[in-house]
Amino acid sequence: MKAKVYVTLKSGILDPQGKAVQHSLETIGYNAAMDVRQGKLFEVTLADGLSLDEAKKQVTEMAEKLLANPVMENFTVEVE
Amino acid sequence: MKFGVIVFPGSNCDHDCYHIAKHVMGHDTSYVWHKDASDLSGYDCIIVPGGFSYGDYLRPGAIAKYSPITEEIKKYANGGGLVIGICNGFQILIEAGLLPGVLMRNRSLKFICQDVYLKMENTDTPFSSEYSAGQVVKVPIAHHDGNYFADDATLKDLEANNQVVFRYATVKGETSDEANPNGSVSNIAGICNKNRNVLGMMPHPERCAEKVLGNKDGLGIFRSIVKHLTQS
Repeated sequence: MKAKVYVTLKSGILDPQGKAVQHSLETIGYNAAMDVRQGKLFEVTLADGLSLDEAKKQVTEMAEKLLANPVMENFTVEVE
Repeated sequence: MKFGVIVFPGSNCDHDCYHIAKHVMGHDTSYVWHKDASDLSGYDCIIVPGGFSYGDYLRPGAIAKYSPITEEIKKYANGGGLVIGICNGFQILIEAGLLPGVLMRNRSLKFICQDVYLKMENTDTPFSSEYSAGQVVKVPIAHHDGNYFADDATLKDLEANNQVVFRYATVKGETSDEANPNGSVSNIAGICNKNRNVLGMMPHPERCAEKVLGNKDGLGIFRSIVKHLTQS
């Protein structure tokens, strides 16, 4: 089973990296890119035998404890 | 009096801190390897030095927070022990939950290594009593992620409890945006916890605490600690 954890900056938190990427997109002609927010994607391969519920529970804990910093980041978990 | 300097894989200011505590201040000082998770109660002050623990992977300090020694640092701090985190040490103390807020990437996105001026905001702490209130000192910074941020409620709390110990300022002590090297909210360069026994700061006092270094402005931090320990 695999899980994906998307970590994104909370709204209101300045994202200078996203801003730099947006500027660069503008430079190469993509004026439609009004705003860019940069985040992280974690792909976690899980041990066999976990139930879907248990997998979701564990991966959510992983995100809360380590993968995201709740002061500045939100996260979403997908298990498949 | 005994200082402990924590060493993580990737710490690189540990020797500087050791040198100041041991040779400049003249106190018994030991390195503490992060895997040797032994009780820290034999120490009078724990220094979490700067550097790049675990290569700053994930987020600066994020991996170090689950290193065995960090639990011991938390126990030590929660028991009232003096803990000072400098640069990466500050990032680790924040990730570990000993200090509030977060240190984000510098607003310029650049690693900044330069002297900055700090205005002393609170000199009633074990780490800053050798300075006078409002005094401006010159201390170097060297970081990529020193952009302090906290939500409004946390900031209000920090200000109400006088937990902001230093702010980035001009040489005249104006805490203006021009004097802010990294985008930190309210020009915050260093904070302490409510109990005043844990300090985190981005600037490096250990790099300016000896005459041969050309600047002794940072020595007051170490002298304050020793004064506090001598009196208590």
